[in-house]
Amino acid sequence: MAQKTVLRKPKGFIDVYKYKPGEEKDRTHYCPGCGHGIIHKLIAEALEDFDIVEKSIVISPVGCSVFAYYYFDTGNLQVAHGRAPAVGTAVSRANPDSVVISYQGDGDLAAIGGNNILQAANRGENMVVVFVNNAIYGMTGGQMAPTTLTGQKTTTTPYGRNPVTDGYPLQMCELISQLTAPVYVTRTSLHDMPGIRKARAAIRKGIQNAMDRKGFSFVEVLSMCPSGWKMEPVQAQDWIRDRMLERFPTGTFRDSSDEAVRIERPVPVMDPEKVKEILGYESLKTSNLKKNPNALFNKVALRVAGFGGQGIMSTGIALANVGMEYGYKVSWLPSYGPEMRGGTANCSVKVQEETIGAAECTEPNMVIAMNQPSLEKFERILVPDGVLMYNSTLIEVEPTRKDLRVYPIPVTGMADALGDTRVQSMVNVGAFAAITGMFDPGEISGLMSSLFGGKSEKVIQLNEEAVRKGYDYVRENFS
Amino acid sequence: MPRKLMKGNHAAVYGAALAGCQAYYGYPITPASEIAESAAAIFPKLGRTFLQAESEVAAINMVYGAAGCGLRVMTGSSGPGISLKQEGLSYCAGSALPCVVVDIMRGGPGLGNIGPEQGDYNQVVKGGGHGNFKNIVLAPNSAQEMCDLTMLAFELADKYRNPVFVLTDGVIGQMMEAVELPEPVSELPDKSDWAVGGTADSRHLINSIYLDHDDLEWWNMELAKKYETVEKNEVRFEEYKMEDAEIVAIGYGSASRVLRSAVDLARRKGVRLGMFRPITLFPFPKDQLAALPDRDLKGIITVEMSNGQLVNDVNLALRGRMISDLHMRMGGNVPSALEIVEKVSELYGV
Amino acid sequence: MSEHREYPFPEIDPDICKGCRLCVAACPTDVLVISPKLNSKGFHYSEYVGQGCIGCGNCFYVCPEPSAVTVYLKGYVPEEEVS
Repeated sequence: MAQKTVLRKPKGFIDVYKYKPGEEKDRTHYCPGCGHGIIHKLIAEALEDFDIVEKSIVISPVGCSVFAYYYFDTGNLQVAHGRAPAVGTAVSRANPDSVVISYQGDGDLAAIGGNNILQAANRGENMVVVFVNNAIYGMTGGQMAPTTLTGQKTTTTPYGRNPVTDGYPLQMCELISQLTAPVYVTRTSLHDMPGIRKARAAIRKGIQNAMDRKGFSFVEVLSMCPSGWKMEPVQAQDWIRDRMLERFPTGTFRDSSDEAVRIERPVPVMDPEKVKEILGYESLKTSNLKKNPNALFNKVALRVAGFGGQGIMSTGIALANVGMEYGYKVSWLPSYGPEMRGGTANCSVKVQEETIGAAECTEPNMVIAMNQPSLEKFERILVPDGVLMYNSTLIEVEPTRKDLRVYPIPVTGMADALGDTRVQSMVNVGAFAAITGMFDPGEISGLMSSLFGGKSEKVIQLNEEAVRKGYDYVRENFS
Repeated sequence: MPRKLMKGNHAAVYGAALAGCQAYYGYPITPASEIAESAAAIFPKLGRTFLQAESEVAAINMVYGAAGCGLRVMTGSSGPGISLKQEGLSYCAGSALPCVVVDIMRGGPGLGNIGPEQGDYNQVVKGGGHGNFKNIVLAPNSAQEMCDLTMLAFELADKYRNPVFVLTDGVIGQMMEAVELPEPVSELPDKSDWAVGGTADSRHLINSIYLDHDDLEWWNMELAKKYETVEKNEVRFEEYKMEDAEIVAIGYGSASRVLRSAVDLARRKGVRLGMFRPITLFPFPKDQLAALPDRDLKGIITVEMSNGQLVNDVNLALRGRMISDLHMRMGGNVPSALEIVEKVSELYGV
Repeated sequence: MSEHREYPFPEIDPDICKGCRLCVAACPTDVLVISPKLNSKGFHYSEYVGQGCIGCGNCFYVCPEPSAVTVYLKGYVPEEEVS
């Protein structure tokens, strides 16, 4: 960059402030001596000097700088109170090549948006945050900010900030520099010319980092609020020097800019053919299995119930999957949440020709009970002549109702004999096929690779065998 | 057509991916967590953005940011999370940003429980955030519709530059059904005239501030006009055995699934029950309901899993010519077909 | 362009200046003063006394109002003279 021969309104600013309502489109809305104007100018100058006005996006917060978008000739988003780092996160990821500048005051950043700034910093989002700390809420008329000094009088601390009731002034640079991800964390001050020049250098460095996609830079600037502080601007500079610097010492808390690795973001796949390929459309083709016209059932409303870990959910899902392959309408509804943790689990499965209404089987025509409490609970709600299949390995007390078709099957025992208790669900599927006549065990075996996609050949074979065992057991013992 | 057995929650994510949704920002909450989990699994494979936000509030503001940059973007949650998102939704509506929010309703108020409920109706359909805005609200009642209506949600969001909700309850989110997967969209709408893009020509402003009273009134009038257009063009509903119905039952989401069973059960007992199911809750199918009193009906009953939130809109639509009865279940309880049929015979002596 | 031709020199837009005096305090050679006159907004604006500017840029960088202060440095070629 050549030596400047003129210092004038930088090109980072809009020439005529078109978004600003009213007549005065040639000047800012800021009070005389307000630090925001100085900081705006340092940013706008950097945007011009680095030739990045067009690719920059400024996030305007809530506070006096809510209208920052009046001024910057960049892309602009005005956002909700405290949320600039969250919005900036998405903006940065949407446009990885852009330079995202999140501009925030102390109430916005350190109070209502405290979590948002910490989390964006912790993710190392590629943006520069310019944090204007003037120890007061300016926009709303001079209330206490999280950075208000101990003893400082504001409209909501009329007797001075008392740490016992109001806590201590939050030191954001100190907090953020505890995190691993940020590459640059610094505090500067507008209290004198050397301070302003350091602020200028820090802002430029932060912006440069964002340009180079180095991650998260945090530039705090101690700034005057003459109106809020009820002081003359020059007196306000002195107040920063005499009062604020003690609690908010200037300096660089972190600078790993030189070691930072360039952040790369993925390129979205939008081509429909590629999307289909990635979503595995090819493997989701219909298998065209024919329904058995002689099946004993063509409409099943099933409850599967037992301990968590007994393959309750997977039995239901497997049956719904197989039913779907045969062209039935199917639904599977779990009992979810706390019910699933610890105690008994159950699910409803419907397999039928016509469109399914309610998915919950309040009056099942079939129950698979894998333990005693489940048998007791669901035997009661079976319809007359319903099918009660139960796990005779674990259930020793027989069902009480006499109007049911009862199938005691040693499911757990058979699975254990196959060497893996987890195949209980497939024993159930085989038994279901035999009882209802709806599915053919050989055809189900053909579905195993899609049901257990990604698993080893051995696992698939084991499950096929389990289906066969369940099927054969029913055929051999109940006919 | 390829089809897959999947939960409603997963189907919504497939719908989003197929609609060209480029970013998902969300926070875990039962019974909607599978949406975030599924997006976390699928989106990175497609080079799309998935980010688990630090809060519900952050998530909706990330949605604001992505939408402001012209992306198709989605978030998902349940009641307590939607309450937290309301401020951000107001900003999205105020800034005319298209975005999709899936709400898998659970029991409330407060922490309530994680059972299925429909108590978010008012906060979603009436635009629960501050100011004069409305969400477009689609109410799927199957896994298939979770996919299809999520795709439609993106289309409507872009068409009207407005937040669109996919509103359903824990049953539809958690249940698995076969979903036929449609073709992915091949072309996304051009938003270069308003979206911020980090280029010279896309230095637009995304903003909801109108300091001048007349300006803000003008903008609210514009929004009102938009909602009127939506009401004119986008009403969707389903009828089941309404042709000869002597009694009409009204419900959406999983309540409507039960109503379908109730209609069949009632008819087996000789009662001509029919079902009217709003698919869009805003726009509400007012005209269709307003015409019901022209029929020779013994009664209208609204079945909802909330405290009379839906029936208010039904009765507004009926304009006092008839008054809908109400059967409500709450707390995670889903009505059964049998109890509805019993209620119908008790109310109407059939 | 102002009548000053002896580079460097500051130019202050009397109508834009909000009279905050930060530039006056920041000037190392004390060549800026507050005018006894009021501008159209009722501010006593800042003025260059006409000589003594060393082109340090302090007034430019301390001024919160983007277009209030311009500083022409040595080597500046006015646009109308560039061809």
